[in-house]
Amino acid sequence: MPRFRVLFAGEAEGPLLRLSEPLSFWGGYDPHSGEIVDRRHPDRGARAAGAVLVMPAARGSSSSSSVLAEAARCGKAPAAILLGASDLILPVGAVVADELYGVRIPVLVGEVDGLGWENGTPVKVGRDGTVTQARP
Amino acid sequence: MVELTPDETAILQGERGPGLQFAARIVTAAAQAVGASRLVEITRAHVDGCLYHGVASLDFARRLVEGGARVAVPTTLNVGGVDLLHPELWRGEPDHARAAAELMELYVALGCTPTFTCAPYQLADRPGLGETIAWAESNAIVFANSVLGARTNRNGDFLDIACALLGKAPYYGLLTDEGRRAEVMIDLSPVGERILASDGAAAVVGHLTGLVAGDRIPLLVGLPPDVGEDYLKAVGAAAASSGSVAMFHVLGVTPEAPDVETATGGRPVERVVFDRDALIAARDDLDSRTGDRLGAVALGTPHFSLEEFRRADRIVREEGIRVPDGFPIWINTSRTVLEQAESEGVTRSLVEQGARIVVDTCTYVAPLMEPVDGVVMTNSGKWAFYAPSNLGVEVAFGSLRECLVSAGLGRVWRDPEVWGA
Repeated sequence: MPRFRVLFAGEAEGPLLRLSEPLSFWGGYDPHSGEIVDRRHPDRGARAAGAVLVMPAARGSSSSSSVLAEAARCGKAPAAILLGASDLILPVGAVVADELYGVRIPVLVGEVDGLGWENGTPVKVGRDGTVTQARP
Repeated sequence: MVELTPDETAILQGERGPGLQFAARIVTAAAQAVGASRLVEITRAHVDGCLYHGVASLDFARRLVEGGARVAVPTTLNVGGVDLLHPELWRGEPDHARAAAELMELYVALGCTPTFTCAPYQLADRPGLGETIAWAESNAIVFANSVLGARTNRNGDFLDIACALLGKAPYYGLLTDEGRRAEVMIDLSPVGERILASDGAAAVVGHLTGLVAGDRIPLLVGLPPDVGEDYLKAVGAAAASSGSVAMFHVLGVTPEAPDVETATGGRPVERVVFDRDALIAARDDLDSRTGDRLGAVALGTPHFSLEEFRRADRIVREEGIRVPDGFPIWINTSRTVLEQAESEGVTRSLVEQGARIVVDTCTYVAPLMEPVDGVVMTNSGKWAFYAPSNLGVEVAFGSLRECLVSAGLGRVWRDPEVWGA
């Protein structure tokens, strides 16, 4: 069972959405629609609201924490974020989303390449960092 | 695991109020995410969270104010979303301006000083060598680490003010000796001193540095020993835009690079060499224009310094530059520097030639510029990097003199004495 390091703990469930490249939430994620909007990103147009979002790394701007919190306010945040490389901007955004809006977005880091599931597979994230396929 | 002191634990449990508890939650979460083993005291902070990104920005600041939090260390503020001193320049939605202004006021209510500048290093009271601080804003972070020798990590929104309220930051990375060593050497000696000494080369050097270094700490070799703070400001701002550079060394210039051995900590590093053609290619990479007709000039990203006002004033007077009526020259600066420049009389010639001086914010984040007919010329690598996508304009890049002479000519002019014919 894949187990990740917990950057911000929480339980979540949603369809897997794997991005092929790192994404900056600032300028790359529309907090009002939950869509990937970065013009240069190969997954532009993908809907990440409610998804277990998997990406190799977070990229760029330090204002991404604000965008994640704003997405949580609008009900358009990902259900969970799984990263291939550690990051502090998104966990900070997740703390604020939890404190202000009671929306818990777990942020985990680990071997994202080891997750063999297809996009859309229902996936469950546990408080301890376990990631399992959810029962349909 | 982060080891907390009894005092920090008490704060985290809410014994000093909900505002400070929230701040402690953020700082400890960040410390855990980066694997820091403890927090460390800071002497001052610079906060970027006062720039409006949506309702969550306001909800966050209100929660802190209502929770009774006040900054524990002297804290300066980065640019906000509006020019509070010149509200007539605003061209966006009035509701947006009101929200942006309210956010700026909430941060002042938390005890921050209303500096509203992305160049806090231009203020008289600034950190010195070896001081541990928590700054936000990429260009300010890189300047503090590289030029002042103060120590700060890259602190993003929410974490910046949380550190200021707590008076502490996670101890890791650029706060440690080990985390400040050069990891790649960029040798510019073959470019030649004539080009490198020109102020127009600074942003180009920075742009190239960011592309090469990514998030590594570079050591620049070959720059003239007498480059000043405005030059280093331009290098850092551009390198933090094209890459994620949070610190650079310049051999023989910046305080932690008296020699290669000291800058690298004696470890072997990759060495990359660039010549004049590579620098010209990097310059042209900042140029997104398809024509030469000029619609506006944008200066002061990061904020124009007093010395830059003096130079611009000299250029306009000595070259007898006459800018056509209605042609806009935008200059961003801080309210502090504007006051100094006005009292010295070095803004007059610029305003007479149509300069519109903006404080508290910046033309690439606030809706101030009217639609432009033609390309916008700038001496900023950062503005050139972000404006095409933020504002949808075509950009020409040039030195301060090239920008001002071009404004007089109405078309992009390149100085052959610097770059060669």
